[in-house]
Amino acid sequence: MSMKKVDIVLVGVGGQGTLLASKILGALAMQMNYDVKVSEVHGMAQRGGSVVTYVRIGEGVCSPLVETAQADYVVAFEQMEAMRALPYLKEGGTVITNTQKISPMPVVMGTVKYPDDLIEKLDASARVIKMDALAMAEEAGEARAVNLVLLGALCKDMGSDKAAWERAIAACVKEKLLAVNLKAFEMGYSY
Amino acid sequence: MKQLMLGNEAIARGAWEAGVRLVSSYPGTPSTEITEFCSKYPDMYVEWASNEKVALEVGVGASLGGARALCCMKHVGLNVAADPLYTASYTGVGSGLVVVVADDPGMHSSQNEQDSRNHARGALLPMLEPADSAECREFIKIAYELSEKYDTPVLIRTTTRIAHARSLTETAERAEVELKEYQKNIQKNVMMPAMAKGRHVIVEKRMNDLAEEANSLSVNRMEMRDAKIGVICSGTAYQYVREAAPEASTLKLGLVNPLPEKLIREFAASVEKLYVMEELEPIVEEQVRAMGIECEGKNLTGRQGELSLRKVAAILADPLPEPLVSAEIPNRPPVMCPGCPHRASYYVIRKLGLTAMGDIGCYTLGALPPTSAIDACLCMGASIGLTQGFTRMRGEEAAKKTIAVIGDSTFMHSGINSLLSAVYNQSDATIMILDNTTTGMTGHQPNPATGFDIHGNPAGHISLEKLCEAAGANVRVVDAYDLKGLEAALKEETARKGVSVIISRKPCALLDKKSKKPALHIEQDACKKCMACTKIGCPAIEKTENGVRINPALCVGCELCTQMCKFGAIRKAGE
Repeated sequence: MSMKKVDIVLVGVGGQGTLLASKILGALAMQMNYDVKVSEVHGMAQRGGSVVTYVRIGEGVCSPLVETAQADYVVAFEQMEAMRALPYLKEGGTVITNTQKISPMPVVMGTVKYPDDLIEKLDASARVIKMDALAMAEEAGEARAVNLVLLGALCKDMGSDKAAWERAIAACVKEKLLAVNLKAFEMGYSY
Repeated sequence: MKQLMLGNEAIARGAWEAGVRLVSSYPGTPSTEITEFCSKYPDMYVEWASNEKVALEVGVGASLGGARALCCMKHVGLNVAADPLYTASYTGVGSGLVVVVADDPGMHSSQNEQDSRNHARGALLPMLEPADSAECREFIKIAYELSEKYDTPVLIRTTTRIAHARSLTETAERAEVELKEYQKNIQKNVMMPAMAKGRHVIVEKRMNDLAEEANSLSVNRMEMRDAKIGVICSGTAYQYVREAAPEASTLKLGLVNPLPEKLIREFAASVEKLYVMEELEPIVEEQVRAMGIECEGKNLTGRQGELSLRKVAAILADPLPEPLVSAEIPNRPPVMCPGCPHRASYYVIRKLGLTAMGDIGCYTLGALPPTSAIDACLCMGASIGLTQGFTRMRGEEAAKKTIAVIGDSTFMHSGINSLLSAVYNQSDATIMILDNTTTGMTGHQPNPATGFDIHGNPAGHISLEKLCEAAGANVRVVDAYDLKGLEAALKEETARKGVSVIISRKPCALLDKKSKKPALHIEQDACKKCMACTKIGCPAIEKTENGVRINPALCVGCELCTQMCKFGAIRKAGE
């Protein structure tokens, strides 16, 4: 990892696996002997609501949170959540988003429509890497590996040492799920 | 080697290293994981108590019996434990006693944002506040030393951003601390007026002595940099200050009660402009002002919500750049899970037009659309008392249209007391216990009605129906997925005079993975698009442009929706 400091905001819908992604990033930072802070959300917000996890890696990390307009990367597991998290992105930062749509309750109930031009709007405001991470994860053999597909794309964009990431993944994922997770990571990396 | 630890994990580690023998707690976000991590160390006895008051009494008992003890709770839990806390301040300890209290500024998962430092001041107790995981581990060890040196329970205050943040932490081996001899001492341990008067004198001296030592304690440190700006801060606020204004001088307080007056005076005299940056109430600021020292703080930050790098930077340094603005998008509120056993009860409550006094737990989500079935939610166990007062004043007809809704763990926590009072006072009340056999919202901790302990081993098992019957209530048990059964029970019990308890029972859908069945689907040819199935508010049932569908990724096959469909259009896989 060639960096002084990287601030990453991971966003998604409760239950999508943002916590494993932040755990892997934490293990990665430990391996590289960088200082690291990770903040999570527990409790009420996990019941299908929006979830945000903050990962800060590098020198001089004090606050456990990434402030708005400070994130180098917003990694979004769902496209509406990518839009919700846009204020976190700093000037010149990058959004990596899954194009999957998950309807929130007001949409499920039919009181509002799921906005249909979010990716275009994101594109107009920032540098965006978008991918159908769910389809890629399914192709890798595990729909829940969306997180690894997105991490693959993040690793590539950061110009990071891929082998180090793979070691961090191995440290955080159960042995029997490792192969499929590494495959999902590879698919995101070579996207 | 350093480890990346959650603040709560680091507190557990520190407690273990400090030779703690007993941990008794009640779950509450953001404190819950401390006790769960503690339970992984085999050389500590760890339990979930039925509520925070009981937990602290068990802790005081263990301390009196010569063992180092720990109790953990959230901020509002400390209100429940305030009764033993304020007097344990007078008795002091046998072996060290520490209470960890986790505040929730910003209310990520709480009903208010009270500041627990007020309890430290009110109860005349020392309080430490760590600023990261390393300090969580270090401070709890210091807390046991202070507890025994000054013969006092010691509070540790965390906030969500400390409890639920991971940072690097050292570890060490466990110190074996001997069980102290027990000696009967009624002057110290029996708090009757004559003895308590004597103890109050000791308490005051203790706090004065500690305030003196606070000036030289390692946890309070003056960090002189540029003398133009000086900031007194602790906890997360310290991290924001260090990042926003790295050149500013800081007085970092580890002990937030009592305050080190000499150190504060020295610091104030060393800087040109003094700020106090603290979350929630101006507790340090008001004390600094009372010393006659000019400072700024709450006039700039306000009392509400969390501090942030952005807020602190705008005060101490240059404002951060303006963030990008997101396009208008729908909210994504938390919802009751697919298969949630509370859903059917709420549908029926709403259908019958009942006034429902709610309580604390996942089922508070029933207040939101589409169920919109809750009228009030106050604190743990309040639903029954609210119902009693409400129907007493509004009369018999209101009683037929009013119920209390409470979860099994919340009922065990403090609802049982209100049931006793309702029966004793001959109330006309209907109480629905939503028994999902766990403490759902905080992450599935067992409770006295669950039948197993924190380790998952068999434990004492209190029967809700026998308990309520013994109290004198009319009790019936209904399957939580049975819409007709729930409706009949609610109609009959609300019409009945006296106290009735309806236990709506089914394990939490997240806990009971074994009963998860293949996803259902809607046979579009049979569907009349009447939308009745959407009225139960299941997130798996989605309105589409030309009707309705079941999202196979979310559906757990609970079949509640099939009871809503008059046309038999909702089918099992393969049908």
